Amino acid sequence: MPDTVATAQRPQASGTGVRELTFAEAIREGLAEEMRRDPTVVLLGEDVAEAGTPFKVVKGLVEQFGKDRVVDTPISEAGFTGLAVGAAMAGLRPVVDIMFGDFLTLVMDQVVNQAAKIHYMSGGKWKVPMVVRATMGATRRSAAQHSQSLHAWPSHVPGLKVVIPSTPYDAKGLIKAAIRDDNPVIVFEDKISYMKVKGPVPAEEYVIPLGVADIKREGRDISLVATSSMVQVALGAATMLEEIGVDAEVVDPRTTWPLDEKTLIESVRKTSRCIVIDEGYFRYGVTGEIASVIAEGAFYDLDGPVRRIGARHVPIPFSPPLEDATVPNERDVFEMARQMCNK
Amino acid sequence: MYRQMIGIRLFEERVNDLYTRALMPGLAHLYIGEEAVAVGVCEALQADDYITSTHRGHGHCLAKGAAPHLMFAELLGKEAGYCKGKGGSMHIADPATGNLGANAIVGGGVALATGAAYASKTIGQHRVAVCFFGEGALGQGILYESMNLAQLWTLPVIYVCENNLYNEYTHYSETTAGDVQARAMAFGLAAETIDGQDVRAVHDAASRMVARARRGEGPGFLLANTYRFRGHHVGDISRDYYRPKQEEQRWMSERDPLTLYSEWLTSEGLADQATLDRIQSEVAAEMDSAVEFAQNAPFPDPKRVDEDIYA
Repeated sequence: MPDTVATAQRPQASGTGVRELTFAEAIREGLAEEMRRDPTVVLLGEDVAEAGTPFKVVKGLVEQFGKDRVVDTPISEAGFTGLAVGAAMAGLRPVVDIMFGDFLTLVMDQVVNQAAKIHYMSGGKWKVPMVVRATMGATRRSAAQHSQSLHAWPSHVPGLKVVIPSTPYDAKGLIKAAIRDDNPVIVFEDKISYMKVKGPVPAEEYVIPLGVADIKREGRDISLVATSSMVQVALGAATMLEEIGVDAEVVDPRTTWPLDEKTLIESVRKTSRCIVIDEGYFRYGVTGEIASVIAEGAFYDLDGPVRRIGARHVPIPFSPPLEDATVPNERDVFEMARQMCNK
Repeated sequence: MYRQMIGIRLFEERVNDLYTRALMPGLAHLYIGEEAVAVGVCEALQADDYITSTHRGHGHCLAKGAAPHLMFAELLGKEAGYCKGKGGSMHIADPATGNLGANAIVGGGVALATGAAYASKTIGQHRVAVCFFGEGALGQGILYESMNLAQLWTLPVIYVCENNLYNEYTHYSETTAGDVQARAMAFGLAAETIDGQDVRAVHDAASRMVARARRGEGPGFLLANTYRFRGHHVGDISRDYYRPKQEEQRWMSERDPLTLYSEWLTSEGLADQATLDRIQSEVAAEMDSAVEFAQNAPFPDPKRVDEDIYA
């Protein structure tokens, strides 16, 4: 595998002053722009200040914005996330950093029973404009409690929005939209992508609305609907498929809620075949929801059932060959697509 | 404060009446017996200060300024209610009175109040947040995470623990180890234990804590010893298996916060019995018309069920 993966040049990203940024740099730039734009935006989390998180995503922000706005917290995920909910109700726009997405289990009451429901329970009177940034993704040899992709969990809950970007361009535009949104938004950032995925990001400002899918590669024969790290896997599989004469389309929903059902369905109505690929667990997961949306919306245009590829249904193991076996790869996608296209 | 306390008592009696006559959907958790805590604390607050409340929250909401007719409308699930009927008894919330919301998760308001205090301090507003919770919430870890943050960051928040002796149907001595006040003091919070049946004592202690917090001197913890005169909720009427009738009778005859305060008012010559009786009948009439308003108010249109999920 190459050290870095270059993402395709997006049409939107072709303005003057386009730079190549890593996924992490793009997120940092999005956060910094929003903090400059709105003095009520504060970052809260473990080791976010001088350390800039273990992944160095927010490195340098404390120097720009000071310790009152980039705040190191105790290791109290529920405490500081709940504090952010109250702070959001009372006039701030907190961005909470959950170092490993696995620790979402510790904040579920604050996110699910509090943040998600307060607007509705109060008859629309209180708002909770906050962002929870969490990581996801395996293959860092971090074992079962630091490797999960739990984005299906908040996607299940009314009142939450869930962002799952795959490229630097998308990550920056979506994090800016998440911060400006008046609802609690959970953003899942793939840990491997932070350094490995690079791509063009324009210097001029842009915001990507939540709930708009993006066609990462156009094709006629099969739709590969992929999220987060699996977008690169799908693009790799598409290149392999091209060599055997299969023209694959790669569609990235970019947000699991709101979900751009129209773009997904239209892609499959064109191609008649679909595989949904996601790094979360297969069972009761994101692939299941997206597959059912497509099956209902594109039923009469489908040549066969919508297929799914997700993480193997085991706690993520430590040993490299075991861990690698749990995560979908290009070969898995290629083989399934090849069979579906009778090649 | 007498008018406030009698208001809560008469409000809750009408809630119980609506429930027993099957005129109210669901359940409600009555605050009868604990009125002095909410009133004594809220009397020490400004209109724009924040509170968070609990499943047993009617008293806190009323003491912070909620209108009884909008409360009753919410309890009956009516469109005119504080939350358009979407919250109910356990979720009364009202930005206009600084009420961040009653919360049906035990300890659910603790981090929210701490966060409101954090926002107040960060924005430079000098608003104080009060978090009401029962002694049952002493078992929740979020309380200790929140007190640690509040003391670390010198936040203007007061944690008010109402010890009514029972975690639902279990005596708190079976669930609570050690010294409760010492738990707060271990984090460095200013902490006091007070007689929660004495509204003047509550008000004095709360005023000290609030003034201190508003001056930027940090959070406080008030342990108010009180008693739940009624059951865990309106349907909890056979309570012999977890507490003796004699105990209830003793608290009601000797430690009723309304009786204690009215006796003090008359003995000090601050009010005569006729004045107190007049206040009671005025409040009773107000509560009756509030109930009537709520009963006559329309239910929400089912088509509105999908509204207000997202801002």
